[in-house]
Amino acid sequence: MGQVLAPGVTAPDFTLRVTPDQTLSLGDLRGRPAILAFYPADWSPVCGDQMAVYNQVLPEFRKYDAEVIGISVDSAWCHQAFAETRHLHFPLLADFEPKGSVARQYGAYRDGDGVCERALFVVDREGIIFWSYRSPIAVNPGADGILDALDRLENQEKGDGRTQSASVGG
Amino acid sequence: MAELRVPVSAADHIRGGASGKVILVEYGDYECPYCRLAHVQVMQLGQHFGDELTYVFRNFPLTEIHPLAEPAAEAAEFAGAQGQFWAMHDAIYAHQEQLSLPFLLGTARALGLSENNLAAALEAGTYEPKVKQDFLGGVRSGVNGTPTFFINGHRYEGPFDYQHMAAAIQPLRPRL
Repeated sequence: MGQVLAPGVTAPDFTLRVTPDQTLSLGDLRGRPAILAFYPADWSPVCGDQMAVYNQVLPEFRKYDAEVIGISVDSAWCHQAFAETRHLHFPLLADFEPKGSVARQYGAYRDGDGVCERALFVVDREGIIFWSYRSPIAVNPGADGILDALDRLENQEKGDGRTQSASVGG
Repeated sequence: MAELRVPVSAADHIRGGASGKVILVEYGDYECPYCRLAHVQVMQLGQHFGDELTYVFRNFPLTEIHPLAEPAAEAAEFAGAQGQFWAMHDAIYAHQEQLSLPFLLGTARALGLSENNLAAALEAGTYEPKVKQDFLGGVRSGVNGTPTFFINGHRYEGPFDYQHMAAAIQPLRPRL
């Protein structure tokens, strides 16, 4: 179990299935902050799992103009059923073939278990990792770390005089 | 990531000793079965610790999976605005399997509150901002599901049964 990619590193680009017949690339989100949430599996048997919380926090993420993406090794069909059942309103990507290859690039794959770590990344508008965090596999990391990172990112952007671009959209 | 960021204030619903040395804050959802189980345990804790324990309930409705959690939370706030928060709160958890809009309206009536006013408040979303404020405060404190408890501002990570929670509270009581 290695380290997840650290802040300052360019987030490796990827193209993964988001539905059985569509793909999404990290590059598609360039110009907006992106939240990448790697997680072990769909269908965790609790109410209020990690994805349910992010689903509920979406309006907050959008205040920062940020897009959240869930990534696991489940297939696009599995994601589709999961998202429909839980009424998820953000994309779930299938790191399915070759299995876990994107997670590996982010240092977020668990060899042996064959699933993603619970690893979070906030990627800035230019595609650079701004914040990363790996949670113990059994611990749902919630959204506070992400929101704190988005606060710092927003402050940094203001400091850089990019307030205008930060406040447009959302 | 495990500290309560929103201190207990007059905006909260408080039960038990107002000046309790031990403050138990719960983030809960009225449609969550685990919260119903926890409610029974919390009532037991209240009986055992009496005024030494201050209990605060804050809303954390996961509305996408629990569509009735939001109207239930707003109904409790509606009752709370008229001094009946805990009566509504207890009624919802006691009859969670019956939770529905007619149930909430009927409970309001049984508490001597106006059904029509509750229906209007739900329609207008009068108490939605309060519920949302609770929810966002919870998110900022790392709440990631329900129920989530904080004891004296620190997240309680143990099982939420009476024995374990009482054991966590016991050492924090003032010396007799």
